[in-house]
Amino acid sequence: MSILVYIRNVGGQLKKQSLELSAYAKAMADALNLDVTGLVIGTMADGELKKLGNYGMSRVLKVDDEQYNQRVNRVYTRIVEQAVNKTDAKYILFPDNAQGKAIAPRLSVRLRAGFIPQVLDLPSSFEPFTVKKRAFTGKAIATVTAHTERVILTPMLNSFGLPENAQDLEIQSFEPHIEEPDSRLELVGKQLSEEGVQLADADIVVSGGRGMRSSENFAMLEELAATLGAATACSRPVADDGWRPADEHVGQTGKIIAPNIYFAIGISGAIQHVAGVSGAKCIVGINSDPEAPIFEVADYGLVGDAFQIVPELNEVFRKHMHEKK
Amino acid sequence: MRVFVCMSYVPDTTTKIRFKEANTQLDDASIQWVINPWDELALTRAVELKYDAASPVDEVEIVMVGGVRCEPILRKGLAIGADKATRIDVEPLDAFQTATQLATYLQGKDCGFIVCGIESGDYNEAAVGGMLAELLDYASVSSVSSVQFDGDAPVYQRDVANGKEQVKVDGPAVLIVQKGFARVPKIPNMRGIMTARSKPLDVIPAIEVEPLVEFVEYAAPPAKGRVKMLNTPEELVRSLSDEAKLL
Ligand SMILES: Cc1cc2nc3c(=O)[nH]c(=O)nc-3n(C[C@H](O)[C@H](O)[C@H](O)COP(=O)(O)OP(=O)(O)OC[C@H]3O[C@@H](n4cnc5c(N)ncnc54)[C@H](O)[C@@H]3O)c2cc1C
Ligand SMILES: Nc1ncnc2c1ncn2[C@@H]1O[C@H](COP(=O)(O)O)[C@@H](O)[C@H]1O
Repeated sequence: MSILVYIRNVGGQLKKQSLELSAYAKAMADALNLDVTGLVIGTMADGELKKLGNYGMSRVLKVDDEQYNQRVNRVYTRIVEQAVNKTDAKYILFPDNAQGKAIAPRLSVRLRAGFIPQVLDLPSSFEPFTVKKRAFTGKAIATVTAHTERVILTPMLNSFGLPENAQDLEIQSFEPHIEEPDSRLELVGKQLSEEGVQLADADIVVSGGRGMRSSENFAMLEELAATLGAATACSRPVADDGWRPADEHVGQTGKIIAPNIYFAIGISGAIQHVAGVSGAKCIVGINSDPEAPIFEVADYGLVGDAFQIVPELNEVFRKHMHEKK
Repeated sequence: MRVFVCMSYVPDTTTKIRFKEANTQLDDASIQWVINPWDELALTRAVELKYDAASPVDEVEIVMVGGVRCEPILRKGLAIGADKATRIDVEPLDAFQTATQLATYLQGKDCGFIVCGIESGDYNEAAVGGMLAELLDYASVSSVSSVQFDGDAPVYQRDVANGKEQVKVDGPAVLIVQKGFARVPKIPNMRGIMTARSKPLDVIPAIEVEPLVEFVEYAAPPAKGRVKMLNTPEELVRSLSDEAKLL
C-alpha cells in the first residue's frame, strides 16, 4: 500500500508545491507505515525528479511519453487511476490548483473515493479519515470525514511547510494502457506566456489596488517586484478597468494564492479581496487611510502615500538584498 | 445550440458566517442567498452568446440542485436572460451527491456544452464540474476564459501553467470557467424581471445518492494577531527579515 502523489509537470519542471505535497505525504506515510510514490505524466528529466527524494518520496512512476505532454483531463484521470491500482494507493494527493482540481474530482467519481480539497492541515484521524479544510471563502474551517476505502486530498500551498527527509528515490517507467488516446479533444492553438514569476507559485507578491490611480503608476510596483523576485497582482476593479491583465486579479472571484509575503498597496482590503489571500503567511498593508480594513487582516502596516513609500521601499529592499549576497 | 449553466447558491459574500447545533450546522437564519458569483458570470456570458447573432447558441437553461429557498435565485437567473430553469429538489450534501443529481438530469440531453463555475463560495469544493464530466463521460475543459466559434463549432480557450491554449471538443463538453469568461455580471433589467415570471421553472424529484464525505463540524478561522504598525520602510524591511524571517 502507498500514498500516491500527483506531480505537476510544467514544461518539464517541478513546482515547489510538489515538494510540499511529498513532505505532506511523508508525514502521513510515517503515521501509517506506508511509502510515498509520485506519478509524473509527460517528459521530465530524472535530475529534476530526484529533488523529490529530498522530501520523503521513495519512488516515482514516470509516464514518459510525448503523446501525453498535452493535458487531456479524461485521459490523465485514467492514467492516475491505473497508477492507483498498481501501487494499491489508499490516499491520493493532488496540488490544490486548477490542474489538480481538473483531474482529482474525475478520479473521485471513478474510484468512488471521498474528495477533500483545500486541506489546511495533516489528518487528525485515519479511522475515520478526518481532516480540516477551508470553507466559506476562508471565513470558516470545516472538519470533514470520509468513510470511503480511498481518499483524495488537495492540501493547500503553504499549509504544511517543507521539512527535508532524504530518501533513495527510485525512478520507474510506467506504461498506462489507454485504449483510445482521447480524440475528442483537439488542440488548435497555443500561446506561451511571457517569462516571469507566475502568480500562483510566487513566494512574494506585490499587489496594487485602485489607490494606484492609473495603469502607468503600476510601473513602480513592477520595479519593487523585480527587486524582490516577486509576482505582481491586483484587486478586481484594477483588472476590470484594464489597468492590469485579468489573470492578475486576486480574490474571491479571482486567483486564490498563498505566498509567504503579500504586499497590498492602495488596496482597501474588502472581504472579497482578502478571501484570495487569507492563506498568505504575512500580509503587508500600505495605505493612506489608517482606518482601511486591510489593517484588520495585515501583519504589518505602513500608513502613507504609496507614491512616496513604494520607491523608498524599493531602495531599502535593494540595499537589503545586496547586503544579503 | 442549447447550453446548460449549473448554478449554485451561496451566502452573500458580506454575510457573517455563523454556526449552530454545537457548530455542526450553518446558521442560515440571517443569511442572504445569492447566485454563486462564478455562475453569475457564466450565465452572463451564456446569455450574451444567445443574443450574439454570430453564435449558434440559441437556448440557455439553468440547472440547480437545491431546496425551495433557491427559487428567488432561479428567478433572478431567468431575469438575467436564461430561457428555462430546472430545480432538482434536494439539499446538496456534498459535491458527489450534487454532481450525481445533475448528471442524472443532463444524461442524454442534447446540448453544445455545460458550464460550471470553478467553485462555489460555500463549502469550497471546486469539484462538481469535474465530477459531472466523469459521470457523463464527457470531456472537461478547465480554467476556461472564453468561448469563440469556428462556424458552429465551439473553440474553448483555457489557461494552462505556461500560457493559453485553444481546444476543440468533438461532442459535448463540461466547461469549468474562471474569471474572464465574463467581466461583470449582467444586472437584470425591468423587462427581464417581468418576462422571468412567465418563464418555465420546473421542479423535478431527486434520486437517492449517498454522499462520499461528511461535514461534521465548523470553526472560525484562527484570529489574526493584531497588526503591527510601522513608521518607515526601513522598519518594515527589518521586521520582515529579522522578526518574520521571510526575507
Ligand atoms: C461578489 C463580489 C465578488 C468580488 N470579488 C472580488 C475579488 O475577487 N477581488 C477583489 O479585489 N475585489 C472583489 N470584489 C470587489 C471588492 O468588494 C472591492 O470593491 C474591491 O476589492 C476594492 O478594490 P480596491 O481595494 O483596489 O479599491 P478601493 O476600495 O477603492 O480602495 C482603494 C484604497 O487605496 C487607498 N489609497 C488611495 N490613495 C492612496 C495612496 N496614494 N496611497 C496609498 N493608498 C491609497 C484608499 O485608502 C483605499 O483603501 C468583489 C465584490 C463582489 C460584490
Ligand atoms: N447545488 C448546485 N446546483 C447546481 N450546480 C452546482 C451546485 N453546486 C455546485 N454547482 C456547480 O459546480 C460549480 C463548482 O461548485 P463546487 O464544486 O461546489 O465548488 C459551481 O460553480 C456550479 O456551477
